[in-house]
Amino acid sequence: MTGGLSRSQIAWRAAQDIHEGATVNLGVGLPLGIPNHIPADKEVVFHSENGLLGMGPPAAEDEEDWELINAGTRPTTLLPGGSFFHHADSFAMIRGGHIDICALGAFQVSANGDLANWDLGDGKRIPTVGGAMDLAVGAKRVFVLTEHNARDGAPKIVERCSLPLTGLACVDRIFTDLAVIDVTDRGLSVTEHLETISFEELQNRTGASLEQSSDWRPLISPALDGE
Amino acid sequence: MINKQVQDMAAALDGLDDGAVILAGGFGDAGVPNDLLHALSGLHLKNLTLVGNGAISERIGHGKLIDSGAVSTYIASFPCAPHAKLFDPGTPTADVALEIVPQGTLAERIRAAGAGIPGFFTKTSAGTPLGEGKETREFSGALHVFETAIKADIALIKAKRADRWGNLVYAKACRNFNPIMAMAAKTTIVQVEEIVELGGIDPELVVTPGIFVDRIVVIETPFTAQDLS
Repeated sequence: MTGGLSRSQIAWRAAQDIHEGATVNLGVGLPLGIPNHIPADKEVVFHSENGLLGMGPPAAEDEEDWELINAGTRPTTLLPGGSFFHHADSFAMIRGGHIDICALGAFQVSANGDLANWDLGDGKRIPTVGGAMDLAVGAKRVFVLTEHNARDGAPKIVERCSLPLTGLACVDRIFTDLAVIDVTDRGLSVTEHLETISFEELQNRTGASLEQSSDWRPLISPALDGE
Repeated sequence: MINKQVQDMAAALDGLDDGAVILAGGFGDAGVPNDLLHALSGLHLKNLTLVGNGAISERIGHGKLIDSGAVSTYIASFPCAPHAKLFDPGTPTADVALEIVPQGTLAERIRAAGAGIPGFFTKTSAGTPLGEGKETREFSGALHVFETAIKADIALIKAKRADRWGNLVYAKACRNFNPIMAMAAKTTIVQVEEIVELGGIDPELVVTPGIFVDRIVVIETPFTAQDLS
């Protein structure tokens, strides 16, 4: 249905907006692809909420150290300059506004930047929140990476979230397979979208009113290996 | 002479009672005091309130204590990993009362208890289902919720190394909740892999000063999730 960006290309596009020197926390799902697209000459510090700064790539299979895990509880690595700290310090970094960018997945984002990404609200499983609510409201900037529409075609960008909220008015920028959209005081502003679809088509696939930014440009991404 | 080391698990867990509020460290399987929790499971206590990040399996750590029937309330941010057989309708742990707390709020509620702070306002969970029913207040135009400290009777924690005064260092990402839990309980019980002489831990590198530790038990080879498979 889409012909839109691949998951790697969405991660690539988000990575372009991460600046040299930024401290970044990545949620599960699409955001985990971002480090693959940070060039070697750009120094970015990754934070993992279980108590790591300067986290490196996942551990190689024969070098797994179960005392050194990431927030997804998988073995990871620490780069030179990295540090360990306890949970109150780790969440002071998040809640105290010290993390520059947090990139999260989403079930729904609303026109005013409310985020729903922790509970499908169907009562089918025990709700597990982890650090989602702290990250959503604590980081200086919150990026959401998501498919523009759910598998059944339902828009994930909506006027008001119907699912249980993670945080109020917390999302700053949304990266989808079709567009880059800023949450502004005036509503959702499309700064980029694929040239292969019209603005009207984008609007039709979105559950909230969009406006085209005055500095709009086409959304482009390189072809990426494995896609 | 101060010597906080006890000889065995029985001495480490001596005096624990039904109804106690127990903090247990760890995130995933890293830093979980599995050996203390498994020994506690064998004491057949009742009506415990357990506080921690979450259970990864009913066969180990927090999950094993819960599955033993000793826990009536679990306060956690991620109470149950997707494949753990806990809390499902029709299982013996279905009746455990769950209080889901955002991870940072959980950490801060524990830290506050250790620092003598009865409560605090935070933006986390404001306007969400987890903030419902809580006192709210606006700061700089943003809604905040009031959260209270979690004071405990017992903290069960895991560290890498101790001296007999109870100074502790941790291994890598195993630090997580352990240092703040050590501060928040009336009695803090730690399992460590080794005890070194006083001065054997560089004072510049002590993470938990001994004032926060009451009992030390040495488990040279701690039980981990790798031992399950």
